[in-house]
Amino acid sequence: MSEVQNASEYMLEVKNLKQYFPVNTGFFHSTMLKAVDNVSFSIKKGETLGLVGESGCGKTTVGRSILQLYKPTAGEVWFDGEKIESKESIKMLHKRAQMVFQDPYSSLNPRLTVADIVAEPIDVHKLCATKKERNDRILELLSIVGLSSEQATRYPHEFSGGQRQRVGIARALASNPEFIVCDEPVSALDVSIQAQVINMLEELQEKLGLTYLFIAHDLSVVKHISNRIAVMYLGNMVELADANELHHNPLHPYTISLLSAVPIPDPQKARASKRIVLSGDVPSPLKVPSGCPFRTRCTRATEECACCKPEFKEVSPGHFVACHNL
Amino acid sequence: MAMLEVKDLCTSFFTPSGEVKAVNGVSFNLDKGKVLGIVGESGSGKSVTAYSILQILTHPGKIVSGSIKFHDEELVGASDEKIREIRGNHISIIFQDPMTSLNPTLTIGNQLMEAILLHTGRNREQARERAIEMLEKVGINEPQKRMKQYAYELSGGMRQRVMIAMALACEPDILIADEPTTALDVTIQAQILELMQELQKEMGMAIIMITHDLGVIASMCDEVIVMYAGKVAERGTADAIFYTPKHEYTKGLMRSIPSIDSDEKTKLIPITGTPIDLLKLPSGCAFAPRCDCAMKICLQQHPEEFWVGRDHLAACWMNVKEGNVFEGRPEEEGEEETVNE
Repeated sequence: MSEVQNASEYMLEVKNLKQYFPVNTGFFHSTMLKAVDNVSFSIKKGETLGLVGESGCGKTTVGRSILQLYKPTAGEVWFDGEKIESKESIKMLHKRAQMVFQDPYSSLNPRLTVADIVAEPIDVHKLCATKKERNDRILELLSIVGLSSEQATRYPHEFSGGQRQRVGIARALASNPEFIVCDEPVSALDVSIQAQVINMLEELQEKLGLTYLFIAHDLSVVKHISNRIAVMYLGNMVELADANELHHNPLHPYTISLLSAVPIPDPQKARASKRIVLSGDVPSPLKVPSGCPFRTRCTRATEECACCKPEFKEVSPGHFVACHNL
Repeated sequence: MAMLEVKDLCTSFFTPSGEVKAVNGVSFNLDKGKVLGIVGESGSGKSVTAYSILQILTHPGKIVSGSIKFHDEELVGASDEKIREIRGNHISIIFQDPMTSLNPTLTIGNQLMEAILLHTGRNREQARERAIEMLEKVGINEPQKRMKQYAYELSGGMRQRVMIAMALACEPDILIADEPTTALDVTIQAQILELMQELQKEMGMAIIMITHDLGVIASMCDEVIVMYAGKVAERGTADAIFYTPKHEYTKGLMRSIPSIDSDEKTKLIPITGTPIDLLKLPSGCAFAPRCDCAMKICLQQHPEEFWVGRDHLAACWMNVKEGNVFEGRPEEEGEEETVNE
């Protein structure tokens, strides 16, 4: 993909990212778990890219590798036209890019007050010179996410799941980032609270001009919030397209079955529609099938699929698919 | 006569900080071969309702009042032997997390045979055959081999299939499924739902499906109960609940879920506020503090369940205001009247 164009147009460019983890399989043996295998994509400024896939497909690992929480095995990450490799560039990245985590219960330190949790990025990056400035900034952040100032001195256990997620978002906003990786930010929340958090993320994006990488497994949520959607399967990206295009014209057999598996909250439509049920389970990432990783569950699989891995190529403008049998 | 009749069920947890009324006056009927969905947020009392039916509540929890009748036989206050006879035999349950609900120290085969040996007159050899037959039925390949395996050797979807096999081994009249697919991926969820529908057709049991996913409810259920803060907010046929919701909470839920079919970027309309603290229940409607339409009466008096259609009840004062309420269950014609509105 020739996506190295105008540097300022893209917030983030990921090229051939690989993230392998060594796994002990016996006393003297270890194999490589290929959590992310050769993934390339880019995100424009102000855009939301949705990343979907089943558990274990490597979507969270992509988010973490981008933010250098893991050291990528291979591949390049470019942030706002700058290659991330030196210590300085990583420091710059950590100030300008932040993360919101899935579980609002385990991602907040139970021993810190909400004010101290939110202020952590401020302290780390030394963004406020005086105590007063720091305090004002904390209160400002809390009001942005809809929490009151008297809640600043409380501890995380005193909050509900939705409120905790707000604290997590306030913390992510503390260093004035331009890019936020949202790793399943609403999966742990109740339906009625989900909409509150989704709306807030959308409003913040508008107000602060944020760019999101939105990782989730719930396709209807991802479709709602994203401009473009990427689908991952077993560490590989299988399809990437505009959100509406992907919904109306899915090309990869995995995307098609994933879309048909989403339960529709409408009894008549649900009764009329036929689910395409995939057989079997996702193979272990330690034993990824040869060739196309999806071929063991694919209805279209041919001999070609077993011998060589399909290339991730553009089939129509902005629509990328990795499949031999389109 | 309905197979299962639950009337004014109240279950509380007596915690050091006070009585938590987890289920607070729930009534419903379940007929043979029907699929009933119970939907609600965490803490709304949907699981506790199911656990009360089987009386598998954990320590500070107790059924305070109400009646649960199964085939016209009272279960509340029944002897332990009586309950044991019903549990796993006539009414069985599958849980959300198939890893923690299977015993890690027993083989799949042993666990499957346990229920069969306990409830049917089969000997070990026959029980083994039955267990293998059940594993085949739930779509597990090489059942002979799986019988000797342990839970950790199976994937999440497989474990849930084993749980279903176990629950259905004694051909129960009612299967309670407590969030059976929440821990699973979408494609595996589709497999399990498909399997449950097939088995339901084949074996004809009734299902109580507990979930927070309205999509699962829509694709599986004939009747739906919407719960909020331990009470029934609304109940009726799936079509009535989804197309003509008559409780502000249900309406709010429908508005707050993103639709995968709409292409325009419309804003979601969330329900404001946070779920209620069950230790501090208000005197009026529990949803009133979060409700946009709350009136004076909503804060003072809890609404009873009003008939708003032939198979449709809703506990919301708005129906009285808008004049949707019938005196008693309306006749067939009455139903059309409300549909036209």
